[in-house]
Amino acid sequence: MPLSPPITDIEQLKNHPAVGRLIGWNPEAVQEVKFDRDEMTIVVDRASIREACALLREDSDCPFDFLSDVTCVDWYPAEPRFEVVYHLLSIPKKERVRLKVRLNSSSPTVDSLTSIWPGANFFEREVFDLFGIRFTGHPYLRRIMMPEDWEGHPLRKDYPVEGYR
Amino acid sequence: MAHLTPTPVLEPGQDRTMILNMGPQHPSTHGVLRVLLEIDGETVVRLMPDIGYLHTGIEKTCEAKFYQQVVPLTDRIDYLCPMTNNLCYVLAVEKLLGLEIPPKAQWLRVLLNELTRINSHLVWLGTHAMDIGALTVFLYCFREREEVLKMFEMVSGQRMMTSYFRVGGIALEPPLGFFDRVRDFAGYFPEKVDEYENLLTGNPIWGMRTKGVARMTAEDAIALGATGPTLRGSGVDIDLRRDMPYSSYEKFQFKVPVSQEGDVFARYMCRVQELRESTAIVRQALDGMPEGPIKADAPGIVLPDREKMKTQMESLIYHFKIITEGFAVPAGEVYQAVESPRGEMGYYIVSDGTAKPYRVHMRSACFANLQTLAKMCEGHLLADVVAAIGSIDIVLGEIDR
Repeated sequence: MPLSPPITDIEQLKNHPAVGRLIGWNPEAVQEVKFDRDEMTIVVDRASIREACALLREDSDCPFDFLSDVTCVDWYPAEPRFEVVYHLLSIPKKERVRLKVRLNSSSPTVDSLTSIWPGANFFEREVFDLFGIRFTGHPYLRRIMMPEDWEGHPLRKDYPVEGYR
Repeated sequence: MAHLTPTPVLEPGQDRTMILNMGPQHPSTHGVLRVLLEIDGETVVRLMPDIGYLHTGIEKTCEAKFYQQVVPLTDRIDYLCPMTNNLCYVLAVEKLLGLEIPPKAQWLRVLLNELTRINSHLVWLGTHAMDIGALTVFLYCFREREEVLKMFEMVSGQRMMTSYFRVGGIALEPPLGFFDRVRDFAGYFPEKVDEYENLLTGNPIWGMRTKGVARMTAEDAIALGATGPTLRGSGVDIDLRRDMPYSSYEKFQFKVPVSQEGDVFARYMCRVQELRESTAIVRQALDGMPEGPIKADAPGIVLPDREKMKTQMESLIYHFKIITEGFAVPAGEVYQAVESPRGEMGYYIVSDGTAKPYRVHMRSACFANLQTLAKMCEGHLLADVVAAIGSIDIVLGEIDR
């Protein structure tokens, strides 16, 4: 199956349950949408990610009730440098959606989702540990993989693969 | 590796609790899990898993490798289900490339994945029973597991770190006699499962140690991100093989075992029934195995056959280029999830159009499942912590990556 080009036009994608719901709620919060390789990506404004997730979770038609994954991509040296990536799954409808938040390197801070899904706890700690993203409202934001006294955040692109010697 | 800050749970003056350290060198933590327990007498007041002892930075290493060089790294994440990790990674890369895989390769992948599930569940059953005190089951399970490992050795030359799948297909044709051996195994294995069940399912001691222990409701399990048998044991009916099929799983008939109780026994029953269902899938895969090539027709991505490489100039050039330069993958991102023996194993791969992945993230099932441990154990007896850890079926290599 040859790859078809990604669709980025919001009007065409309004039928997707997550896109329609978020646009209906607050068109300002949706910065960008992309449908590529059968996967839906929605870039959400940093300030509204927590409310957007709460809204998608409680949606009556297609509740995205399961947080599969939280991770991050570092686009160093471009700005905004970080993309925090959330993968949501709707268990009743078997539908997936990817939400993204773009963060500048000057203040890599975003609201924690632990109040919506307690399971975000470990994932956010991992992103904090390996990328240095701060999650406000997280109950226990500490290193999880690396030793407590480690310096730097290993998965950032300006951190050498073989480490500092 | 976080340390437990000694913030008192009880009011000062009621100095009744103590902190107990369990692990990382503890036989029933299945590796190097450290658990910090605040206990009041024999009751667990607070529980906190401490992980990271096996962190090897695989995600960072992947960024410095060609796409095909990542395959052996994926085995080493979860050493009990290497094929599942191989499959998830190659499916993600194939989705990025938009590559079509021939049916025979897909069916072989399904066959080997179900054997992997049997292998993983056998290790789980043996060690879980041993943790609780039923030593015999361990020896029985490892007897059958040995046979599965020998079959893996037949196809890939390796017992555990198989690295058998390739982007675009699988590495080699299975050798002569492999299918007969698998058919033989699938024939007698259900009897062996009866044997394990005879030892455990109706056993009153097993029942006392597992029934009603470490309960978790469906709401809690979903909120905490649990997947796989840990979630299905709490009554949530989801299995990615059936609900979001990949690698032609939609062509197979199988039941998804679900239990409602949400205790250790429910999770045990789910996994034991999965052993039977996996055997049924293996039989279907053997019966309906299509004929045809095992690699996709994509010369710049799939290594040519040895024979062609020595006789045809183009094949030699492609071989040289794939080995030295890798193959470029169109820019984009995918999230591919498969049902591993432990739950939802997901690979999130970002490509920037070069021959090396820009970012590879593994969504590990155990990593999320481990968060349920506190919910299961707090307020219950210390002795049940071991049963609860066993019932989640953790693999620390996958948690720490």
